[in-house]
Amino acid sequence: MRRRGAGHGWGWWLPQIALLLALAGLVLVVARTVSDNMERQDMVLSLGFLRSTAEFPIAESFLAYAPGDTIAWAFVVGLGNSIALTLLIIVLSTMAGVPVALARHSGHMLARTLAGGFVDLVRNVPLVVQLLFWYGVILMAFPPARAAAQPLPGLFLTNRGITVTTVGITGTALPMIATVMGGLTLTLVAAWRGRLHQASLYTLGTIVAGSVLWVVLDLGLARDVPHFDRFNFSGGLTLTPEFVAVVWGSVIYASAFAAEILRSGLDGVPRGQWEASRALGLSKRQSLRLVIVPQALRMIVPPMNSQFITILKNSTLALVVGYPDLNFVANTAINHTGQGLEGVAILMLVFFTLASAISLAMNRLNARVQRAGA
Amino acid sequence: MRRLAPFVVLAALLAGGCDIGASHKTHGRLTPHTLEAVRARGYVRCGASKEAPGFSGPDESGRWRGLDVDTCRAIAVAALGDREKVRFVPLTGQQRITALQTGEIDVLPRTTTWTLRRDAAGINFTIPTYYDYTAFMVRRKVGVHDLAGLRGASACVQSGSMTEVILADVSRKYRLALRPVIFDNVQSTRQAFLSGRCDALITDASALAALRATLPGRADDYVIVRADSNVAPLTPAVRHGDDQWFDIVKFAIEAMIDAEQLGIGRGNVDRLLASTDPNVRRFLGVEPGNGRALGISDDFAYQIVRQIGNYGEVYDDNLGSRSRLNIPRGLNRLQRDGGLMLPIGFY
Amino acid sequence: MRYVRTAPEPVRPAPPRPKRPALRSIVSGGANLLTTAIIVLFAIRAVPHLLSWAVTHGVWNGDGDACRDAGACWAFLRAKMPFILFGIYPEAERWRPILVVLILGAATLWSLPRAHWTRATLGLWGVAIVASLLLMAGGRLGLSPVPTSAWGGLPITMLLTIFSLALGFPLGIVLALARRSDMPVYRWTATALIEVMRAMPLVTLLFVASVMAPLLLPAGVTADNLTRALVAFVLSSSAYIAEVVRGGLQGVPPGQQESARALGLGRSTVLLSIILPQAIRKALAPLTSTVVVIIKNSSLVLVVGLFDLLSAGRVSLNDPAWPTPYAETYLVIALIYFVICYGFARYALHLERTTQGGERRP
Repeated sequence: MRRRGAGHGWGWWLPQIALLLALAGLVLVVARTVSDNMERQDMVLSLGFLRSTAEFPIAESFLAYAPGDTIAWAFVVGLGNSIALTLLIIVLSTMAGVPVALARHSGHMLARTLAGGFVDLVRNVPLVVQLLFWYGVILMAFPPARAAAQPLPGLFLTNRGITVTTVGITGTALPMIATVMGGLTLTLVAAWRGRLHQASLYTLGTIVAGSVLWVVLDLGLARDVPHFDRFNFSGGLTLTPEFVAVVWGSVIYASAFAAEILRSGLDGVPRGQWEASRALGLSKRQSLRLVIVPQALRMIVPPMNSQFITILKNSTLALVVGYPDLNFVANTAINHTGQGLEGVAILMLVFFTLASAISLAMNRLNARVQRAGA
Repeated sequence: MRRLAPFVVLAALLAGGCDIGASHKTHGRLTPHTLEAVRARGYVRCGASKEAPGFSGPDESGRWRGLDVDTCRAIAVAALGDREKVRFVPLTGQQRITALQTGEIDVLPRTTTWTLRRDAAGINFTIPTYYDYTAFMVRRKVGVHDLAGLRGASACVQSGSMTEVILADVSRKYRLALRPVIFDNVQSTRQAFLSGRCDALITDASALAALRATLPGRADDYVIVRADSNVAPLTPAVRHGDDQWFDIVKFAIEAMIDAEQLGIGRGNVDRLLASTDPNVRRFLGVEPGNGRALGISDDFAYQIVRQIGNYGEVYDDNLGSRSRLNIPRGLNRLQRDGGLMLPIGFY
Repeated sequence: MRYVRTAPEPVRPAPPRPKRPALRSIVSGGANLLTTAIIVLFAIRAVPHLLSWAVTHGVWNGDGDACRDAGACWAFLRAKMPFILFGIYPEAERWRPILVVLILGAATLWSLPRAHWTRATLGLWGVAIVASLLLMAGGRLGLSPVPTSAWGGLPITMLLTIFSLALGFPLGIVLALARRSDMPVYRWTATALIEVMRAMPLVTLLFVASVMAPLLLPAGVTADNLTRALVAFVLSSSAYIAEVVRGGLQGVPPGQQESARALGLGRSTVLLSIILPQAIRKALAPLTSTVVVIIKNSSLVLVVGLFDLLSAGRVSLNDPAWPTPYAETYLVIALIYFVICYGFARYALHLERTTQGGERRP
């Protein structure tokens, strides 16, 4: 390879100019074809459709939506579902991966074999098949709504979903909630910076301030018990079978991959590190916390980056069990408006941005991990 | 480079998957002469659905059957004289309109409801072949008789169709607080309803009748409740800009309807060639002129009835008494019998 | 005083790791005992349920009515297996897809041992693929033509995988080389392509390919659904492969390039005969893992209405003559995927071990 900065001859410029021209030509041809096709179909390239009303329903969403809202809002609602779903799967699957990784690492033969079998089985079956399987299991194994199973008081299992009693706060709770949230944020920031003493002070402060506000504002608690009315449960909180299937299936799938990443991180720390830290007089816990985990993290964070992006991309499979993520909502919107190019452009942009956001966050984490103890 | 040869072969094979019809385009635009293109190609390309019992879909032996399929065969008979000179392109609900607009198919007879916005989107609707309406199907034991009884129910619906909009509209209009459960395909929607995920299944009444008919011995367990008073005319469509082809498709369909009006069927069509009724003689092309006016063979109507049948026969074969679905003719009777099927004069 | 060793110190085996007997690991120590107890308790509760569902109350023979209010409905799968495996391919011609599965399976098995990695095997693959397409499509040699819309089941899964690999591989190599090129325009183009493909969910890509293809193709040119999906697969797999090959390229020491150039070899010769073979050898194991990803991804054609193994399974559930045995059907489909994918995963592991061994040889 040539050194950069050295004088470049024709052999360096010509192929690049040729590629640029070819790319420009390709873009032109595609643009002409598309505009020809669109003209023939009386289609206009415009983002104006985002302002028109969305007449279609969305089955469920974290943000409030009703047919009659704008298409743009429908996209936002889909995005909200996608982000919530992705975050939930990332957190739960990483948590679930830890015991699996430890089991695969452990001296307990039965646990090791079971965990190994689990990981092999789950990783070698397509996620779509698993999602459809779990959705089918929920529909088949859970009783009909009329004959709900009630394993715990206030918790109902039916093939319409999992319904739980919720506890709500009565009264003007906003100031209290804001205070507690603020306190929690401060605590987390302090903990992240490693100032544990400060963090515990913040925790105490938050509890005190919250309790004082509770009394001052005269807040109370009220239970929202679900009740069955003719077709479905009303009240409480219902997790639909679609949501449960996509979260459960994706967490199982992703946890197997997370377990493998965690395990190879643990395996990657040489045995000598264990022995040396024990020889220095550190206890088992101390050597784990101070010596092993920081080193393992360096090997864990980079593959976790792509793992999380995969989880984001796989969240689009929610479609097969009828959970409306961004991709699903966008497809529906495209169907009803016919604005395919614009819709897909939005999808590409959003997924690229989300993937980049994950990468950015993980790279910052990685920088911290690599610095710590280096 | 020799090592790359197999890949070049593969790429060529892949390109072979693309059907490049260079002959029927000029300056990147489709020429208006669909009939010429069809004749040059030797067959008519029809949009179809794999899973619309009674309308279109392959049977166990792989042969395409249904009302829409027979409509397409009638068009093939009109254009080429042979009901087998036809190919079916299976399309999803999302793909169908674009496929017609861009010339992937010549005609779209695929349970497509005639609506204003679709008509304005570069396609023309011809003559309705079936009048349908949207309905809910509910288990009988739930005891629902009308829309109001559905308050608070879960309803399974397929996305990307007018049905999901009607569901939302009905729910808003009557404050039914319906809970939609939405899937992107027919199978999941149906399976979810049948396994009890939903209280109601909403889609075209004909599709519901088809589904109910296939549930063995349990057809009475389900009630069908009409969702709104609108009638959905399922209408084959063609591309803008080719009026001759537009006319051919219209009269291929009309030939079946007129034949029923005139009392001409598969059984008596050959005998009626000797009829003295001027209407029958003109229709069958014994007195020539009709075909030539359209630019096709003069005996096209005779061939359609002989090879496929009149509308009543086609209906009975696919949807009515001779089929598993057994849907009453209802709105799809001839106008003289109180239905909406209107014969247009063949002269 | 100097001491120079004349003979190398004999290599001594590593001290054996203390290996606790399996049995003792299960019953000794509080934590281990607790783990065992939890596992056993769980098994006692779950296994009888599963057995009664799958075996004691399972229905192996009979029709739909026999399956109502019973356990697992295996009879359904016996009845539907041909449909799940071969889709709506005309029944009279079913020997053709069966033969295709056998041909492609045999070609895959044949290619596994290292000794078979020859140009002849590459030729064999060419023949196998052409023969498979010919058998599936027909229209020649007296075979009746079958349009791609009637293809289905396992052959679709196999053909999609093989084509995405065979076309994605050269494309991936080109992308990987371009991404490492010292020419910025090539580097940027390749990087942009790879990163966009990797950030896009495959479901979205398939949707674009299947619904929007007509908009992107010139008037008069059409592509069937299978070809459209294949384009999406090739693009996405080439991005995966490019990244794996790039990893392999980074593993080739720069000295290789320099010394080959010093020997007077031309740039392209160095690339094709020195650098690429080494890079691909290094990337073999991860490439095989990529095959698993591609096989698993092929199941996504479900969302664009192609009749692969999984779609055919889902459609078969639609037969109202049977209750809908979701769990059994998807279990069996999962098993088929598992056998194929796990096989490749083990093979990748085997390659990883043996390639490392090969590296150390002088």
